[in-house]
Parts: sequence; C-alpha cells; structure tokens
Amino acid sequence: MNEQALLGLADDELVLGWRDSEWTGIAPMLEEDVAFSSIAQNEIGHARAVYELVAGPEGDADALAFDRKPEEYRCAPLVELHLLDWARTIARRWLYETADEIRITALKDDSDTAVAGLAAKIDREEAYHRMHAEMWHERLGGEPRFRAAVEELWPYALGVLPGELRGELMSRVGLAEVDAIERGTHTEELEPLWQEMTMVRRSAPAGAQW
Amino acid sequence: MAAVEIPRDEQAFLEYVQSGGQIETADWMPDDYRAKLIKFIEMHGNSELMGVLPEREWILRAPTLQRKLALTAKVQDEVGHAQLIYRVVEDLGKPREQCLADLVDGKAKFHNVFHYPTKTWGDVGVIAWLVDAAAIISQKALLKCSYAPYARIMKKICWEESFHILHGRDVILAMVTGTPAQFELVQEALDRWWGPLMQFHGNPIPKGEDPMYLWRIKSQGNEEARQQFLDGYVPQIRELGLTVPDSKLRKRDDGVWEYTEPDWDELKHVVTGHGPRTEERLAFRRGFLEREQWVRDAVLAA
Amino acid sequence: MSHPVWEVFRKERRGQPFEHAGSVVAPDADFAEAWAREQYGRRGESVALWLVPRDAIRDVEDWADEFDLKYRRVDGYSIKARLKEARERAGTAGPG
Repeated sequence: MNEQALLGLADDELVLGWRDSEWTGIAPMLEEDVAFSSIAQNEIGHARAVYELVAGPEGDADALAFDRKPEEYRCAPLVELHLLDWARTIARRWLYETADEIRITALKDDSDTAVAGLAAKIDREEAYHRMHAEMWHERLGGEPRFRAAVEELWPYALGVLPGELRGELMSRVGLAEVDAIERGTHTEELEPLWQEMTMVRRSAPAGAQW
Repeated sequence: MAAVEIPRDEQAFLEYVQSGGQIETADWMPDDYRAKLIKFIEMHGNSELMGVLPEREWILRAPTLQRKLALTAKVQDEVGHAQLIYRVVEDLGKPREQCLADLVDGKAKFHNVFHYPTKTWGDVGVIAWLVDAAAIISQKALLKCSYAPYARIMKKICWEESFHILHGRDVILAMVTGTPAQFELVQEALDRWWGPLMQFHGNPIPKGEDPMYLWRIKSQGNEEARQQFLDGYVPQIRELGLTVPDSKLRKRDDGVWEYTEPDWDELKHVVTGHGPRTEERLAFRRGFLEREQWVRDAVLAA
Repeated sequence: MSHPVWEVFRKERRGQPFEHAGSVVAPDADFAEAWAREQYGRRGESVALWLVPRDAIRDVEDWADEFDLKYRRVDGYSIKARLKEARERAGTAGPG
C-alpha cells in the first residue's frame, strides 16, 4: 500500500478516534461511555502505529498526526462528521467497521511485511469493535432513526474504500451503490476539529515537549 | 462455627462496626446508617461522573498521541468508577436513574473541585497530579468501610487510580522542564486550584462528631486527610521550584501543617450547586440524558 | 428490579480460581459480555470471566450448629498431655 493510502488509514483512525472520544461523559449509559473510550483508544493507537510506520525510525508520529494543515489530511469525509446523536454515531460505527474490515483484510496480504503484520494486529483488536457494532446493530436495527442514519451515511461509507472494494461493502451492508462522497475532499467540519485538536500543541514552539 | 450475627439494635450495631465489623447488602442496618451510607456513596458516584466534564475537552486538545491516550484512559476509569459506585447504591435501594435525575436536577451533591473551570493544559496536569492525590487519600480511608460491598469496589478503584497520579506528575514534569511559558502555565494553574484543594477534604469537624467516622464508613477524619495531603505533596510541589500560594503554609515542629483557614462558607456555597461551572455542567449532562432516553428504553426495557 | 443483574466472576491468572468481582446490569448476555469485558478486563487484570444472571445463583447461608461436632475437626483434638505421658512411659521423654 502506498504512503498516501497508509496516511488515509491513519487519518481515518485518528479523526474517528477523536469523534468517538467526544462521547466521553455523555454516552447514553455509563457502560457505553467506557466501551466507546476503549474503542477510541484503540483507534488512536492504530493511528499512532501507522504514523510510526510511515514516519520511519527517525521520524515523528506526533508531527504527522498534528502538524499538517487540514487540507493535507487524507481522511475520508465519513469520519469528519460531527454526529453527536446516538443513532447516527452507531450507524457510522457499524458502517465504518464493516468497511474497515474489508480494507484491513486486503492489507494483511500487502507485499510489505511490516504493513501486513501491522494490519494483522489491527484486525485482531478490531474484532472487539465489530462485536460491539454488531451488538448495537442488532439492538437498533428496527429503529427508524437508525435505518435513516445508515441511509444518510451510506454515500460517505462508500467513500472510505477504493472502488474495487466497494462491491464487498455493498453486499455486506445490503445497500445498492450510490454516488460516493469521495476521499480527497474535506467537509467543513474538519477545520474546526483541527483547530481544537491542535490548539494546545500550537501554543508552544515546534519541538516543545509535552 | 456459628456465623456472626449482626445485632439488630442501633447501639450494638455501632459497637460492632466500631470494632471492625463489616456488613453485606442483605444484612440488617439501622435506618440512619443506610440513609447516610447511600448519600455518601451517591455523592462519590456523582463526583466521579462530574469530574469527567472538566477533563473531557482536554482529551480532544491533547498535544501528543501519548497524552491523548493516557488522558482518555484516565477519564475512562472515572466513568468506570461511577458505574461501580452507582451499582453499589442500586443494591442498597436507590436506582441509578434516580441518582442521575437527582444529580442533573441539582438535588444531589458532588465534590467542590468539579465545579470549577479548567483553563489550560496546566490544569490537566494539576488535576491529574494533585486533585487525584487528594482523592486517593480519601479513597484509601474507605478501604476499611464498614459496608463491605463499597470497601471491595474501593480496592479496584484505588488499583486503577495508581497510574493517574503518575500520568499527572509526568505531564507537570514535562512542562516544568520545558519552556518558561509552560512553567508559568503550571504555576498559574496551581494558584487557581490551591484553594479548592485545601477545601477538598471538608471542614475540620472532629472525628468524634463526624457520623461518617462514627459509623466507620470512613476510617479517617477530614483534618487527618488534609494533613496527609500536605505532608505528601507540599514537598513534591516545592522541589519543582513551584510556589504554593499560601504565605502562612508551614510545618510546625510537632509535624502539624499550619495554613490559611479555607473559606468554609465558600465550600458550602459551591457544593450546594453554586460553583462557577455547576449550572453549565449539569445542564450539559441533563441535555444528553434527555436526548438519549430512547436509547435506554430500546436497550434496557426489553 | 426490571433490568437483569449479571454477577461477574473473574480469574486473575491461569491456575487461580474464579472470584466474585462485581456486577453489571445488561439486557442480555451479549451486552453483559461487552460491558463486563470493559469493567473487569480493560487493564489486563483478568484472563477469564464468568457471567451469571443473579437469578441463577442459589444463595446458601445457614448451617445447623446444634451439637458438639468437634470430633470431626482439628480443633477437637488436643494430644499434648497424652503424648507427654506416652513418651514418659516409653522412656523417650526428652527435653521440651
């Protein structure tokens, strides 16, 4: 997988981890607050591991994570959306985990053994994310607002994957193809997210220790 | 061997717990004990939950991936503690929904420190290091609580808190050895948090007059806890070159710390719902609680 | 209570017994598992969990203790005096 695509994976996990941690303290039940927090930590951890791979042994994962301009991020629009209602949040989780499983499975066969090995580790941790998403999908599947959320986010979900992997996603989710909201552009939500995410870091000169 | 009989008489019960006896959920307990227990434990649960709100914004703003992960994990523990604590209250007869409703309606209390704003990354360090330290001193005094289910969860809570203080101290150390501006952030945060920290353990009611101590719900008086905090942490603060903003603070020859008497009226005013951020935070929680009722109905009712 | 309580037992390390750890309130076994994993395993503190609906647990707390049953316990036996006498008779009573 090329560097741009790897950054796309890392940026997806970083930004989605950021969005998932917005639920801290306000999830519908305390148990879900704790579960979401684990998922967010895993995602940030995955992002870190991929940034470290891309940055190389002399590089700085934090610099890759935080010191680029918003337009330089390679995340899919799906993860940028500010979705502080539970139906849409769970719909996104479910769609993202389904898409991500397809992406990670392909990555496990990557010709670069470091990438393939990392994908296998990510996959093993994400098994719990999938369990969690499936559990909620079963529980909320019949709720009209959940189904509406899935339909609303479907074009974004397609945009997480490259074209050749979308067929698999369609058959797993059970929805027909629509025009995808493609990776490569950003929603207007990314800029305020980036501002908040980097405000402490930017308050000190580059290279300051924290 | 005969099982220990819990005496069904308030005086005998008092002697039983004062000699180290513990009770379980199904045991007889005096009404006053049960009422005080529920209120005390509920306030603890509320505090863990309300403590999340001042810290959550800084998860989003953490300046490195490592700090983001650590802060997320720390705050996660606090929510987990709230879950454990409310479970104990629930088994004593007050459902969690009722606790949360009372909290957001301003009918229940939570600790003073969580009524104040957080303004900078300096606050993040000070809270994780010093506020958590003050809390751990109180929590250790609950390990021998006469109510056994609460004592047992305190064991798990203390175990989980062990990394919080280290994380906090690490955040502080990075800043005090960083730029002068970063050092100033820490000092400025310390200046703001010192007052609430000194009030945290409560007014110096003598142990013998404190029902929580008499019932052995806690095994330590308020002033004892505060002295322990000062003994442990003033040296740690000063060795970094930081100044404690109390010119009267000094340790006497007999080992007792003297300090400017905290404003106990202010403490009472804050914990009865009039802190600088109380209303805003309760409203924030209330909003989400209401909006997400449908989720609880979908999940827990079936 | 309308919501089912699941008691959680945890095994800290291989070879250790399961011990009662606490409880979670959850509508079914899947939610109970997800939430118990978090509460009792997110810091690597357990190698295994058992989740048991509280209703499935039978409480056993009373025992009849009417007669002298010391004959079948260690504290019912005090052999010091007789042992001393036997040793003296056999001429093997040494110091102490």
